[in-house]
Amino acid sequence: MLVVIFLLMRAIPGDPARLMLGERASPEQVEALREQMGLNDPLHVQFAAFLGDVLRGDLGTSLQSRQPVTAELMARYPATVELAIFAMLLASALGILAGVVSAVWRNSLLDYGVMAGALVGVSMPIFWLGLILMMFFSVRLQWLPAGGRLDARMMWDGATQFVVLESLLRGQWTTFVTGLRHLILPGIALATIPLSIIARITRSSMLEVLNLDYIRTARAKGLPNWRVNFRHALKNALLPVVTIIGLQVGLLLGGAVLTETIFSWPGIGRYIVVAIGARDYPVVQGGILLITLGMILVNLLVDLIYTLIDPRIRYQ
Amino acid sequence: MATVTPKAPAPGGPPNPAAGATPPPAGDPGAAYRGPGVLRRLLRHRAAVLGGTIVLIIVLTALLADVIAPYDPIRGRLADMLQPPSPEHWMGTDEQGRDILSRIIHGSRISLQVGLVAVGISLTTGTLIGAVSAYFGGWFDLLVMRIIDILLAFPSILLAIAITAILGPSLTNAMIAVGIVGMPVYARLVRASVLSLREQDFVQAARAAGGGHGRILWRHILPNALAPLIVQSTLSIGTAMLDAAGLSFLGLGAQPPAPEWGAMLSGAQVYIQLAPWVVTFPGLAIMVAVLGFNLLGDGLRDVLDPRLRR
Repeated sequence: MLVVIFLLMRAIPGDPARLMLGERASPEQVEALREQMGLNDPLHVQFAAFLGDVLRGDLGTSLQSRQPVTAELMARYPATVELAIFAMLLASALGILAGVVSAVWRNSLLDYGVMAGALVGVSMPIFWLGLILMMFFSVRLQWLPAGGRLDARMMWDGATQFVVLESLLRGQWTTFVTGLRHLILPGIALATIPLSIIARITRSSMLEVLNLDYIRTARAKGLPNWRVNFRHALKNALLPVVTIIGLQVGLLLGGAVLTETIFSWPGIGRYIVVAIGARDYPVVQGGILLITLGMILVNLLVDLIYTLIDPRIRYQ
Repeated sequence: MATVTPKAPAPGGPPNPAAGATPPPAGDPGAAYRGPGVLRRLLRHRAAVLGGTIVLIIVLTALLADVIAPYDPIRGRLADMLQPPSPEHWMGTDEQGRDILSRIIHGSRISLQVGLVAVGISLTTGTLIGAVSAYFGGWFDLLVMRIIDILLAFPSILLAIAITAILGPSLTNAMIAVGIVGMPVYARLVRASVLSLREQDFVQAARAAGGGHGRILWRHILPNALAPLIVQSTLSIGTAMLDAAGLSFLGLGAQPPAPEWGAMLSGAQVYIQLAPWVVTFPGLAIMVAVLGFNLLGDGLRDVLDPRLRR
């Protein structure tokens, strides 16, 4: 993965040294900086240096701000993580509920409605949905803020950039509510596609389980429907759903690029878009690396969650 | 060797008689689409009919854009800027006084082209890589599949953004980027099909009859791996259109004044309060087009490859 990112970034046209020094720099100055940055070294030497830097947590210096990329990204990463977690919780809760309801009342109007909604959901351009949500809830109804993490007059002085989580833990209710209100619209926009996919997978997984003998036995015992559906069936139907939820994280982190751009969300996605415009390749490289690492970490976590859902699964 | 006939079977036709008179195995991925009733079954699938109708309308709109568009999609009249929907301009006008309906009609050409070209790139490169990798196996397969896995590990839109950043912002480069991003899925799909097919009797027979690697892959294996590819391609056209529209929205795809649907939304954000129709209609066009391909793809999957049905 590191090789791919390294090669991709080296393929970007334009000389980083020239970009850093500006158009008026002399060729000698540019050459000196190229030498200093190691850009004249053979590719494998550059890669070894890059690998060493990455392992030390050094992602280089931003060509725009001249600040360390690691620090710049770390300052923005919590905003993206908070948005992604909120969207994933929303998508999982509503998606699983919609899928169960659809499976239990299969072939009913409700089922058709949910599945039609899910199909529209996966076909929706999230940047457009974001704009439409903004148009109705911010501009027309003025119920929710249109962008940013907090109101313009509010200052955040927390220890971390997890504004909603930290304000909740510290009991700063005004900040918490404001932060949460800012999360709602970008969260819904980002959650729509995963929600639709989760609903479809939950439905099909539930339909398979609901036909099994032990469900018939549970019903024959006289257990209430909700208990059979949620305690007996859903628990066994969850495995493919969790897999899909894990796979959606990549979609979410990628989708954050578009959502953050629309809602002026100060996260890593918007930062990457701005960096691409400015050809600030250390930032783009670091940002993609961080997002991809996050995605791999979540998939590892999903593998571990399997053992909690299904005790028959064991890792050696 | 007496049972081996040197004559190769027609693509998509029954396996080489060398396979014997036994019916195709239950897992034969090509079996489902060879039946005569595919079209009949597809026409009975309500979602597929709806999706097919939407796709047909988009194709006709794209073909007849010059005839049916009421105004020029590029040149507008500043005197008509930001007009709300009216009998003259059904979807209103944008900030340069251009008729939004005309731009959407012409934009269908670009979106359709983006979907088809990007999926074409994914399909051809993915099929080639997956088929060759599975057919020859060994260290080559191992290496290629690890690279495919790495590509699959990246969030797709992010990888597309990185590729467009390298190639430079343009519609062609956006299509290439979306095509590359979609390729790994095809490589995996074809590899799985080829792995199961290469050991089957009719392939062994073709090999025994002296068929070369290329001929065996092209004439005997790939035609039998077509069904999942057709389904995946149809579903991917919608996704490719979405990704390309996303790139254009970020300014990395089609450039102004091209009437690309995503690019039309890019500048529209400013007018969200003043002229909501500028935002509403291009997005609606993207959604309906993607929905059409998704419905058709779902229907084709149900008809052609029931094992994939969810």
